[in-house]
Amino acid sequence: MATRRVRFTFEPDMIREPVIYQLGHKFQVVTDIRMADVDEGIGWVVLELDGEPEEIERSLAWARELGVRIDSTLGDVVEG
Amino acid sequence: MSFERALRCRECGREYELKPIFSCEFCFGPLEVAYDYDGIREAISTDSIERGPASLWRYAPLLPVDPQYKVDIGTGFTPLIRADRLAKRLGLDTLWLKNDTTNPTWSFKDRVVSMAIARARQFGFTAMACASTGNLANSVSAHSAAAGMEAFVFIPNDLEIGKVIGSAIYAPTLVMVEGNYDDVNRLCTELAGSRPWAFVNINVRPFYAEGSRTLSFEVAEQLGWRTPAHCVAPMASGSLFTKIWKGFQELHKVGLLADEPRIRMSGAQAAGCSPISTAFAQGTLNFVPQKPNTIARSLAIGNPADGYYALKVMEETGGGAEMATDEEIVEGIKLLAETEGIFAETAGGVTIACLQKLVASGAIRRDEETVAFITGGGLKTIEAVEGKLIEPVRVPANAEAFDAALAARQARLVGVGGA
Ligand SMILES: Cc1ncc(COP(=O)(O)O)c(C=O)c1O
Ligand SMILES: [Zn+2]
Repeated sequence: MATRRVRFTFEPDMIREPVIYQLGHKFQVVTDIRMADVDEGIGWVVLELDGEPEEIERSLAWARELGVRIDSTLGDVVEG
Repeated sequence: MSFERALRCRECGREYELKPIFSCEFCFGPLEVAYDYDGIREAISTDSIERGPASLWRYAPLLPVDPQYKVDIGTGFTPLIRADRLAKRLGLDTLWLKNDTTNPTWSFKDRVVSMAIARARQFGFTAMACASTGNLANSVSAHSAAAGMEAFVFIPNDLEIGKVIGSAIYAPTLVMVEGNYDDVNRLCTELAGSRPWAFVNINVRPFYAEGSRTLSFEVAEQLGWRTPAHCVAPMASGSLFTKIWKGFQELHKVGLLADEPRIRMSGAQAAGCSPISTAFAQGTLNFVPQKPNTIARSLAIGNPADGYYALKVMEETGGGAEMATDEEIVEGIKLLAETEGIFAETAGGVTIACLQKLVASGAIRRDEETVAFITGGGLKTIEAVEGKLIEPVRVPANAEAFDAALAARQARLVGVGGA
């Protein structure tokens, strides 16, 4: 099991809640919303995802396909 | 004296006092240093800069640190070289090379580490730390030694010998971590949260990252306080690339450039680790993380923290992105050395190979005055070119044998189409 913290950013024309709801149903991943700010314009949600690392990756790939911008709250720390 | 004013979230704009923190408590967006640009404008002029030291400290009012804390081992104010021979080979009218291989530890990382260590001292830290595949490790080790600070330097356990020695010589606490890239990431993220260290690219990252802007300050000054039409720079986290653009814009904000800069910014990655260039090619700002597999280990960041912002800069400036295979990287290193006398590491090979592709595809027009950033020296990655260079002529110590060997060599070179 692993925990990943990610930030989803939604374009104005995207439906938001169903994405997170569906993510939790389509994949063996538990979603926990830590922080969110969604209004008429752009919206973002900071999520904690619990699950097997590969399953988390699959769920993120699926969300990305839908057009969600996904940022790690911290990128790789090993640098050149 | 410095003109940093606050830390500001790049996403939601919330401001924080100047502390060793890197992400917004509210939205987890990355923090960036905000400046009092009016104050800088009054404190700085082209004259005052030109009278300053021949290092990056000539731009002190533009830096996020009180210069009394600086650790100066001679970083910055590196040569900007007009590269006519390479330009001709690539099909460009005017090409400049910003040669950052001449820094104290032979890479541009000395710029960012200069900021990180000075700000760490100003915050009262007594120990520095970093996780790195080489250049950053070398620079943190050297600067910490010069400051008499403790250094904890984490590297993967399969690193090239030049990069291991290049840190070990300064006697830091050098830690070779077992396991893969993700393991090193995980260990260091955990340690960064629990140790009283200035972890250069974690808790002091907002200050650290600002050091890359000095590249644009220097290029503008060296061109006679003007900007080129196109810039090409390598991308790992994407920080260097975004900060070069920010630096040019800031020069205009503080009155050192008369006109608003109009520069097309193009980025270079290795094909074996190209999350940003791949997203650009697909026309999206949403990059997909990759598992790095390239000889350009200095650019091997699979999940780049500033990837999104780098893609925004390309979009905003009408720039582009390219990627180079391992073979193309080696060819790029050789081409640069053979035409301009500069021996770059693999990141430089990536930059030259991508520049070549950008010109060939028409993404950079022949008449666009271009600056390419060569960010690291070649002696650290000799493995990349070992066995791929023209063999030396081996002779016994007599002139006749030399003449015979030379004739044979020339015949061989003509045979393979070289000379
Ligand atoms: C030689 C060299 N060039 C370029 C880069 C790219 O830096 P950034 O992570 O800021 O994109 C690095 C750093 O990792 C490097 O070592
Ligand atoms: Zn924020």
